[in-house]
Amino acid sequence: MYQTVYHRASSVDEAVSLFSKSSEAKFLAGGQTLLPVMKQRLASPSDVIDLGKIKELQGVELSGDVLTIKAGTTYFDIMQNADVKKAIPAIAYLTSVLGDPAVRYRGTIGGSIANNDPAADYPAALLALGATVKTNKRSIAADDFFQGLFTTALEDGEIITAVSFPVPAKAGYEKMRHPASRFALTGVFVAQTKSGEIRVAATGASESGVMRVPAIETAVKANWSPSAIDSVSIPASNLLADIHGTAEYRANLIKVMAQRAVAAAG
Amino acid sequence: MGVEGIGARVVRKEDKRFITGKGRYVDDIKLQGMTHAHFIRSPHAHAKVKGIDSSAALKMPGVVAVLTGQEIVDDKVGNLICGWAITSKDGSPMKMGAWPAMAPETVRFVGQAVAVVIAESKNLARDAAEAVVVNYEELPAVADVHAAIKSGAPQLHPEAPGNQVYDWVIGDEGAADAAIAKAANVVKLDVTNNRLAPNAMEPRAAIADYDSAEEHFTLYTTSQNPHVARLVLSAFYNIAPEHKLRVIAPDVGGGFGSKIFIYPEEMVALWASKKVGRPVKWTGDRTEAFLTDAHGRDHVTHAEMAFDANNKIIGLKVKTYANFGAYMSLFSSSVPTYLYATLLSGQYNIPAIHAEVIGVYTNTTPVDAYRGAGRPEASYLIERLMETAARQLKVDPAALRRTNFITQFPHQTPVIMAYDTGDFNASLDAAMKAIDYAGFAGRKAKAKAEGKLRGIGVSCYIEACGIAPSKAVGSLGAGVGLWESAEVRVNPVGTIEVLTGSHSHGQGHETTFCQLVAERLGVPISQVSIVHGDTDKVQFGMGTYGSRSAAVGLTAILKAMEKMESKAKKIAAHALEASEGDIVIENGEFKVAGTDKAIAFPMVALAAYTAHNLPDGMEPGLKESAFYDPTNFTFPAGTYICELEVDAGTGKTSFVNFVAADDFGRLINPMIVEGQVHGGLVQGIGQALLEHAIYDANGQPVTASFMDYAMPRADDVPSFNLSHTTTLCPGNPLGIKGCGEAGAIGASAAVINAITDAIGKNNLEMPATPDRVWRTIHAA
Amino acid sequence: MSTVKLTVNGKAVAVDVEDRTLLVQLLRDHLNLTGTHVGCDTSQCGACVVHMDGKAVKSCTMLVGQADGASITTIEGIAKGDELHPMQAAFRDNHGLQCGYCTPGMIMSAIDIVHRYGGQLDEATVRHELEGNICRCTGYHNIVKAVLDAAGRMKVSQAAE
Repeated sequence: MYQTVYHRASSVDEAVSLFSKSSEAKFLAGGQTLLPVMKQRLASPSDVIDLGKIKELQGVELSGDVLTIKAGTTYFDIMQNADVKKAIPAIAYLTSVLGDPAVRYRGTIGGSIANNDPAADYPAALLALGATVKTNKRSIAADDFFQGLFTTALEDGEIITAVSFPVPAKAGYEKMRHPASRFALTGVFVAQTKSGEIRVAATGASESGVMRVPAIETAVKANWSPSAIDSVSIPASNLLADIHGTAEYRANLIKVMAQRAVAAAG
Repeated sequence: MGVEGIGARVVRKEDKRFITGKGRYVDDIKLQGMTHAHFIRSPHAHAKVKGIDSSAALKMPGVVAVLTGQEIVDDKVGNLICGWAITSKDGSPMKMGAWPAMAPETVRFVGQAVAVVIAESKNLARDAAEAVVVNYEELPAVADVHAAIKSGAPQLHPEAPGNQVYDWVIGDEGAADAAIAKAANVVKLDVTNNRLAPNAMEPRAAIADYDSAEEHFTLYTTSQNPHVARLVLSAFYNIAPEHKLRVIAPDVGGGFGSKIFIYPEEMVALWASKKVGRPVKWTGDRTEAFLTDAHGRDHVTHAEMAFDANNKIIGLKVKTYANFGAYMSLFSSSVPTYLYATLLSGQYNIPAIHAEVIGVYTNTTPVDAYRGAGRPEASYLIERLMETAARQLKVDPAALRRTNFITQFPHQTPVIMAYDTGDFNASLDAAMKAIDYAGFAGRKAKAKAEGKLRGIGVSCYIEACGIAPSKAVGSLGAGVGLWESAEVRVNPVGTIEVLTGSHSHGQGHETTFCQLVAERLGVPISQVSIVHGDTDKVQFGMGTYGSRSAAVGLTAILKAMEKMESKAKKIAAHALEASEGDIVIENGEFKVAGTDKAIAFPMVALAAYTAHNLPDGMEPGLKESAFYDPTNFTFPAGTYICELEVDAGTGKTSFVNFVAADDFGRLINPMIVEGQVHGGLVQGIGQALLEHAIYDANGQPVTASFMDYAMPRADDVPSFNLSHTTTLCPGNPLGIKGCGEAGAIGASAAVINAITDAIGKNNLEMPATPDRVWRTIHAA
Repeated sequence: MSTVKLTVNGKAVAVDVEDRTLLVQLLRDHLNLTGTHVGCDTSQCGACVVHMDGKAVKSCTMLVGQADGASITTIEGIAKGDELHPMQAAFRDNHGLQCGYCTPGMIMSAIDIVHRYGGQLDEATVRHELEGNICRCTGYHNIVKAVLDAAGRMKVSQAAE
């Protein structure tokens, strides 16, 4: 890794202030994405500002029909959390099959969505559940937050503070794991909101990152059952293709994972 | 068998240091004044090196030197060699392209080093490496064997027109053609044996230390055979005469073949250490391992097997293209020839076999021996052919194998090998019983009713191990003899040091070799230590590969033990005033048979060293050595059967059961043998389902980290049901055949045979990734 | 450069290091605790796993600054004198290691698994939980056996305490 200067921030305000004083700083949450990239010298921040010890970024709150997970909450703490398990068990499940145990102790939901890896799991949950991303400056709807591969609506120096999820009527997540990296080769999150809206999001599949799948939403709206998806046709155009999965295969996985996610959601 | 003797499940003596973090691997070693090397490697698969500007790097903090390929050539460090000469069918020798340790003029694969930065720390060396400007002129590149042999393909070496290394043949082509012409049925198959990255978990590393006063080098290296490393570094690479070069392979974190070879990095570290006058350390990272550790396999084969009307095999014809990568690695030439084509008879009576093997250069990482080395390729081909034949002939796959098994021994195959012993029906029976083969049809029907695709696959493998009789391999072109050495040193107080030329990098020699001593002398293994991996301590040896350490290395120890015991008996007889012929060794004592007269072994040892009362004319001391050259290969064999289910929606494979019935001859420590089989099976399963080292058409590696190259993980594989059938190897006194490679040799075919059975389509290449299986299921 | 203060295997240490230093480099290069290994560059193999404040983390994926003030336990710190940790003993008794390179990370991960599951483990769970640790030698068969064995032993030894 290149030379860098490490700072530990004790508050969001301090982090913002440190950022403004650095030439090319990066925020460091759990570091499970940024550090591997820095180790390969693919990123060379002048400074890294550690958000990991900021108390105001930790914790989960369930208030009425809204589950709020603060950005610095680790995967491990999310999957263990009683409110998460009660309100949106699909998020607890998604988290339990994300990364590996050591990664889950360190990685955070804020770090994951800020990076917006096209094969990350959380973006699918946020998009399907119609979540809201809270930052130190504003609130951003998930629909607006994810803007393509490794690109988000975040501005320079903007820090994600929390993600708020409307508690759905039901939701499910299933993924096919990438055989090597263990990211999502394709993962699909299905949700039925309490107002009856159906939202389906797929990750790992598209050249432009996490995406909604309207064809499946339409089919499932008419009939919430795996068999409703049987006749849906997912075009392979614009889907990712690599040595582990052709575009046609990923198109198939969108369908199959959606069916299994619907079944898991009950 | 004593509690610690041959056949006992003794827990390993070496484990304590590994489980407490006290193992000592090369990267754990620090020398005073040590510098650190970082290699500058080509990003291009094929390019001319037009110039290297290191001026900026030399001004950076902590930089000691920047050394280039031209300098190493100017200093007359030798080009890398290939140690097995293969002759083409037209009588010409194989075509060797020159391979300098760092490229002065032309790079031929991504990752080939052109220069090295030596600095005060690893980070500083890497920082400075980015400031070295290498001017390349890119050349067209080729990665695929078929593309490489086309006319007009980019040419790698002026020495090898058409990128052809050799065109080698074995067997009787006329007889094989005649068999195919008169056959009742001919089964044809095209198979690709996928390229693999060995990925020992410890990356390669080297520390070189030059002593200018003594003009002496010490090299700590991650090697499976430090003695051969010293020989080659000395005799061919001109580093130093043998007595001025000490090579130490301390704890080594896995090898699987990849640490047999002497690599450019060791050569450069030695050379650079003298240049800069300080110790030089290099530790590879995982990406460097993917780019520079010799890869394995990479064959493309067409085969035709002829059957008569009774389903007896009457002939086999094989044509294989072997991708060697950009250069011929140390033993690469032997892998697709004498380690592959000589095993094409499998476990079967095949009266006529002909194989042609065309070796090809491509702009990819060099390919050499990887666990099994040639034998997995042969076994996979034969066992896929047998399964395909059973489907085509509409007979039970196990029954078809039984129809064709060799049952009389010794058996001379048409491809050099003379199988000494075996009982192929016994291992097939054991495996079929273990997996309830008879009940499979019912289980498959039940699974089908539940919407699942279930399959079963058989693989009956045979391998040639115990490498190898020196005269035989010498006549086939090997550059070295493949015997092994041993020395047994009894200390004055009766403790024992056994020095061996083989090398343990996970195989447990420190335990199993002691078990032989315990068996013979009745002493506890705590009284015995094994010394290996240091050319200053052990005279010479050939190292560990080819499942040879027990069959060859342990036999050498046995020979040395016999000599030592013979002398000890004379001493004991003298002390007990008995006849030497009456002395027996029991429970650590030398006894006069049939009496209660005895002398404890430590007292015999002490007598040997005090020399106060030795038989007239006897030299003092108790130390004997031996060299053992095997008389034949050994032939481990067995049957693997796997039962699995395929998820039709995703193409994902899940194991239901995996049974292995092996015949390894005598087992020294069944616990360790089982561990070897487990590990081999998972490497075979990895090849079948997950692993593939891929290049794009321009020679850029696509799989250069664990993010892209799928390594088997705990949840990818099942637990195994192992059993053993035994025919003792007649070729060595202990009856040992070897067990290190069997799993990797036999497993792949069982998996692919099972998947193709499950999906009802025979045409499926490795690795059978979910995508590939799904596409095969849904192919028209 | 920064001075990093932390507790390693029960001992307080303070080391001046570059900010870019990874925890694994601190352990291996500065504290000579070479039992913790590096097997990959991409945070996948798990050879570097240590415990930080009781949790299994990949020491190759943490800057020393992130560990400032923390309590680190490495493979060298889990035995009580000559008495092996039950997980160490189980790896030896079940032949759960061959070349030994992945072993320290495996053992540290495995202890964490048993702690989290309170000893209530089955084979499938162990295999899933070990996905962040790669072994090339054993085929995992005996590692899984060792973890299940140790889970029983740790339960007994906890009950005894």
